Amino acid sequence: MTKMMILGAAAALAVAATSAHAQQLAPSPTLDAIKARGHLECGVHLGLPGFSFANDKGEWTGLDVDYCKALAAAVLGDATKVKFTPTSVQQRWPILQSGQVDLLSRNSTITFSRNATLGLNFQGINFYEGQTFIVRKSTNAKTAADLDGASVCVAAGSTEEKNAADWFRERNLKVTITNFQKNDDAIAAYDAGRCDAYTAGVGALAGQRAKLKVPDEHIILTQPISNDPQGPVTRYGDERWQLIVRWVLNGTIAAEALGVTSANVDEMKANSKNSEVRRLLGVEGGFGAMMGLPDDWMYKAIKQVGNYGESYERSVGMGSPLKLERGQNQLWTKGGLLFTPPFQ
Amino acid sequence: MSAATFPLWRQRLFGTPATAALTVVLALGIAWVAVPLIRWALIDATWSGTTRNDCTGSGACWVFIRARFGQFMYGLYPVDERWRADLTGAIFALSGLGLYLSPKATRIRLAILALIILPPLGVWLLAGGFGLRPIETREWGGLMLTLFISVYSSLIAIPLGILLALGRQSQLKVVRLISVLFIEFWRGVPIIAVIFLASLLLPLILPSGTGIDRLARAVIGLGLVIAAYMAEAVRGGLQALPSGQREAATALGLTYWKATGLIVLPQALRISLPAMTNEFIALIKNTTLVLVVSILDLLGIAQASLADPNWVGMNMEAYAFAGAIYWLICYALSRWSKRLERRKLG
Repeated sequence: MTKMMILGAAAALAVAATSAHAQQLAPSPTLDAIKARGHLECGVHLGLPGFSFANDKGEWTGLDVDYCKALAAAVLGDATKVKFTPTSVQQRWPILQSGQVDLLSRNSTITFSRNATLGLNFQGINFYEGQTFIVRKSTNAKTAADLDGASVCVAAGSTEEKNAADWFRERNLKVTITNFQKNDDAIAAYDAGRCDAYTAGVGALAGQRAKLKVPDEHIILTQPISNDPQGPVTRYGDERWQLIVRWVLNGTIAAEALGVTSANVDEMKANSKNSEVRRLLGVEGGFGAMMGLPDDWMYKAIKQVGNYGESYERSVGMGSPLKLERGQNQLWTKGGLLFTPPFQ
Repeated sequence: MSAATFPLWRQRLFGTPATAALTVVLALGIAWVAVPLIRWALIDATWSGTTRNDCTGSGACWVFIRARFGQFMYGLYPVDERWRADLTGAIFALSGLGLYLSPKATRIRLAILALIILPPLGVWLLAGGFGLRPIETREWGGLMLTLFISVYSSLIAIPLGILLALGRQSQLKVVRLISVLFIEFWRGVPIIAVIFLASLLLPLILPSGTGIDRLARAVIGLGLVIAAYMAEAVRGGLQALPSGQREAATALGLTYWKATGLIVLPQALRISLPAMTNEFIALIKNTTLVLVVSILDLLGIAQASLADPNWVGMNMEAYAFAGAIYWLICYALSRWSKRLERRKLG
């Protein structure tokens, strides 16, 4: 009887051990396919200033593109082993659903209904998009609430018009909405001084500002009035692949929070006493192996592409012609919303 | 202008008060449009430089087009392999010219030979493999891609269209029915829907990994639609031909295919040439619809290049340049078809 119980317990332990092992390295058809073909397939936007565009040399560049490069570095050890498929707004979901790309990194807003009905999962937020306003610096407006008594140029019938009108009405602010037929007309009227403000999403405004006569005279209000977070998207299923996509994004943000940059990553890897840095860079913890990746997965990504802040600055931030302030896309410790769970 | 022609010229423009008034109004109208356009495009334009900071003129900034010229022509095709696209274009153009100038007796045989050799040769040169560096179709783009799609879809459309037109007139009921069904189906579906179906639905239906190339799907889709239109253009020519022509050919003992190839088609095609040219010009402009599935043809690459923050606000330049190229191609085609029409029957 005792013998039987011991045998039973041993068998149960053995089963538990194998299932634990199986959970650690569940099969990942996506990862296997990427390794077999030798490159990552990433769906990006056809052309969105700062986020995804082909530069003069024909290289894909931008914040969304950088994320794919970091993922390629983490998975294959080489940030150049990624191929981009530009996608239009109509084809972005089908192209992911049909398996033509491994993921989308394409300024797509995360919403409940998309998550619940498209068979797609959003793996985190790499850009907090939201509707905001551009004003002349001379108006001294800091937030949308300071626009009391001002006039705003908008395209008639647009979502932006409705959002702005609702927002001001709810707060009893007297703001004149001036309608134009098209966005281009509205921004031209704003540039000509017919209105005090123009409204659009943060990312779009950054591109628009660069087109104004004197971009430096204008400021984009950092506090948006709507909430349209965007991030990389994967198909349902293949949890290990989803895990990798999610944690590479987390890793680039964590690297910024921990002060790891492409310039100091070697030194940090060799000398850092911070155990979270050491786990992130694969010195201890064996985190890469838990996902079936080399332990230096994030080291490669940071070394070759840089942390989130570096990508941001050179794509849409101060190192780019768009000169977009960090705003909500700043670390939570510095007044923004960027946050990553700990590498523990 | 010589003194002799001057009165005629004056009489035509200012002959009566009414024509004089019309001349003045039209001249003002043209000046009203042309003067600012010329100022923008030529006089106030910036021609030299390398970055957007060099765009100091109040007019167009052609520096942008210069910096992006390679992309407008070849898309993202690797720079050191672009000679392959040039070579392909040259081979096609020279073959066309050679056919045009070749003696009539051998032309048909040469044309068939060219049709067998050139299309695979072009695909090999552009796509690579068998000794050439492989270049995926996603890197193709710009004018090269516009021409590729136009030429290859018409390679599907013209032969298929002729067969369908003949099929529609056939004595065999089944052949007639199939032709009519095919033509009416593809003519009734919007091109944009066909491109969507080919690009989005096919990969969902086919098991992943077996998918045909994205560009090939678009080319085939376009080719099938245009074939239906071509068929109707050719049918117009066939119906315009007096039935005595075929009857006489048959009476001489020619078989159906001989009569068709030697007597009916040469005449019918000449009659349908204007309509076919029309379809072909429409096809070239319809290639821009592939933009909805993110294939970067000339218009697509123009649009995509506007997203480079280093060149923001170059919309006018990009679209003006792309528009001018489309116009040039279509105009050249229409002149060429005029020449063909005027050539003696033979």
